[in-house]
Amino acid sequence: MTALVALARRDLHLAVASLGESLLGVIFFLIGLSLFPLGVGASPDVLARIGAGVIWVLALLAVLLTLERLYQGDADDGSLELLALSGAPLELVVAVKCAVHWATSGFLLVLVSPLLALLMGLGPAAIWALPLALALGTPTLTLIGSIGAALLVGSRRGSVLAALLVLPLYIPVLIFGVAAVDGVVLGLGGAAPFLILAAMALAALALAPFASAAALRLALE
Amino acid sequence: MHRLQGHDLACRRGGRMLFEALGFDLRGGDALLLVGANGSGKSSLLRMLAGFVRPIAGTLRWNGEEIAADDPLWRRHLHYVGHADSLKPLLSARHNAAFLAGVTGDGMAADRERALAHLHLRDLADRPARYLSSGQKRRLSLARLVASNRPVWLLDEPGVGLDAAARGRLEAMIESHRAAGGLCVVASHGDVALRRHLVLDMDAALEAEEDALPAGSRSAHTIEGGDAVR
Repeated sequence: MTALVALARRDLHLAVASLGESLLGVIFFLIGLSLFPLGVGASPDVLARIGAGVIWVLALLAVLLTLERLYQGDADDGSLELLALSGAPLELVVAVKCAVHWATSGFLLVLVSPLLALLMGLGPAAIWALPLALALGTPTLTLIGSIGAALLVGSRRGSVLAALLVLPLYIPVLIFGVAAVDGVVLGLGGAAPFLILAAMALAALALAPFASAAALRLALE
Repeated sequence: MHRLQGHDLACRRGGRMLFEALGFDLRGGDALLLVGANGSGKSSLLRMLAGFVRPIAGTLRWNGEEIAADDPLWRRHLHYVGHADSLKPLLSARHNAAFLAGVTGDGMAADRERALAHLHLRDLADRPARYLSSGQKRRLSLARLVASNRPVWLLDEPGVGLDAAARGRLEAMIESHRAAGGLCVVASHGDVALRRHLVLDMDAALEAEEDALPAGSRSAHTIEGGDAVR
């Protein structure tokens, strides 16, 4: 237990100490999104129609950008070995690392998303629907990404491979994430997509720590 | 009294046989020095003891019970200090020490401060680790040995980068750990001096026929069937 607390504290300290790197995902998110009105034209109808999809695609990519720092640093400097020796199960170590990673990536996207909903002219309902959908969906992105990041520890060009490995697995989150926001924005209603996002988050929470820990054990050998 | 035994261990890395039919028998207070050329398998043996590398043959026993692979209970008994320092360059020495002490021990601030003082790092405690010299980083990494009490120390070339004074303190740490009943396996090219220790020559461990070894490097300790010194 102490080991997990020490790990969470260190990772949070580290996220604050390397603030630029921590904010990389959210800055990418903002800049990427601001390009769309320039690219497709500032017609409010078009932006409102594509808004939810564009925001979700950028959220996927923003989380993907930050995945490399999840395990690679610890593998390079020997912290991973130390964590394996802590006596705490590696699965819980993974869960703690994912929690801190989400707090410094997905959670920041949730915080800025109401602004983005306004930017894309998604309408008043999106100001709560988009953050809610992202809050339910981004933990899944971190957890699935954790499997890819753990598998690619030690491989060169890991971030490119991670994109190939992880992005296809993000498709269900993308589909239901967009459906959830569009459902509210277009007035179709329905809680189903939100519930499916939550179900996927719970399933990922149950499975990803075991898969990631198994991959990390291989990396330690 | 603690007892760590290896019997008939073999290790293959990258398709090459590093060592086979290797054994040792250590009791509380013992120190085993691994010697041998680069690539002779010293680090692999230490990683095997720490449970990272699976032996392809043979068994390890701790206090008579076989150690399973990835056994968290066994890992709670040991400190492994490898080549990497496990430090984050952006964090202060104190934050790094808090992590090292928290992960391996019960994370008491008093333990952390005692470890920093013991390795003469107090004055550097608020400095980010990236501004420490390589010897200072090494000392900081070794601080966990003092911060938390675990009976088995696996040290992979712990003296690299240390000055004479720091090396002396490391040797003193090892001796007081042994005096308290702990045991210790050290891979070294001779920069860390141990008192009354066993020697395992990894070069000889590969060439099983060639069991002639200078008697001077043998210790007076119990060695089962000449196992510890092949």
